[in-house]
Amino acid sequence: MALRSLFLRGLDGDAKAYRDFLQQLSAHLRAFLGKRLFGWPDEVEDLVQECLLAMHNQRHTYQSDQPLTAWVHAIARYKMIDLLRAKSVRDDLHDPLDDDLAVFAESAEEASDARRDLGGLLETLPERQRLPIVHVKIEGLSVAETANLTGMSESAVKVGIHRGLKALAARFGNRWGEAA
Amino acid sequence: MKTDDLVAMLANGDVAVPRRAASRRLRWALLAGVPVSLLILFAEYGMRRDIVQAMFWPMFWVKVLFPLCIAAAGYVAVHRLARPGVAVRQAWLGAALPVLGIWALAAIAWFTMQADDRMPSLMGQSWRICAASIGLMALPVFAATLVALKGMAPTRPALAGAAAGALAGGVGASVYALHCMELTAPFLAVWYVSGIAVPVLVGAVLGPRLLRW
Repeated sequence: MALRSLFLRGLDGDAKAYRDFLQQLSAHLRAFLGKRLFGWPDEVEDLVQECLLAMHNQRHTYQSDQPLTAWVHAIARYKMIDLLRAKSVRDDLHDPLDDDLAVFAESAEEASDARRDLGGLLETLPERQRLPIVHVKIEGLSVAETANLTGMSESAVKVGIHRGLKALAARFGNRWGEAA
Repeated sequence: MKTDDLVAMLANGDVAVPRRAASRRLRWALLAGVPVSLLILFAEYGMRRDIVQAMFWPMFWVKVLFPLCIAAAGYVAVHRLARPGVAVRQAWLGAALPVLGIWALAAIAWFTMQADDRMPSLMGQSWRICAASIGLMALPVFAATLVALKGMAPTRPALAGAAAGALAGGVGASVYALHCMELTAPFLAVWYVSGIAVPVLVGAVLGPRLLRW
């Protein structure tokens, strides 16, 4: 069924249709954003979720006589510009991880091992991601204490934790990310 | 969180929204703001005493209606800007034409009147307080419209703020016109237009800061 009529039925309270709508919408968004953010494949899925959330919260601003794609693309573009702006601000905090670091290759080979060497894994992260994770997630300090200890700003600590955990989780399965 | 989980979460529970919910927000903003503006007029300024007599003068209606046209155009523009993917189209003309019209009237009056009468007709008795008073009377509608916009999705926040300013400034000016004694086109062209321009500019500056979503 067409995306628009699913959406309209959802707006009238049909949760099943609304769910189908969101499902198809996320595929559409993934393609739309993927084409425009091909340099940052990691950001696309985050942004898809961000857009879904925004469209859900703003669904009352859709006019039923308006083309749905115009509405969807305007929101997606707005959120994408938001992301690019935020990215340019925090780019200096961000060290991309190299996929073919030797440590990852070794760890992947030992993936069947239930126990992994936490310390060794953390060593692969740049300091601005490793220190926040060690202090906050392992030693149990607060974000503010960690910021004091390391001399980083609080938002840098949060970004470091977020990015560090994501980088680790991406390579060792979601179980890891959720457990942390 | 996985995207599928997010979808499941969002589609869970009551997903219905009332049709036209967004338009209703803006209507409520206007219904809440205009009475407060009128209240300021009656409490602080008072209606002009000869209001009944003034209603027979065309210039009085020019003074009341040209800001109302700007307000109407602002209202339409706010509506469109509050929704992602809706073009503003001709609404800007609705705000610009009344201003051009009053400027044309002022120019005609200026060049047809005696040189000695020009400055008095431009400054009137009340030029000092005119723009500030219009700004004050615009404030309730301005604040209410921004609150309404905050719950919507303006993808061009500076324009949306400016349109909210045009709506509020237009309402403020035509409310103030019920008090103001000035009736010359040059006065309206300068002081009324300035009074309306202030909320427009403030809106354009505040929009990107206040209307993020």
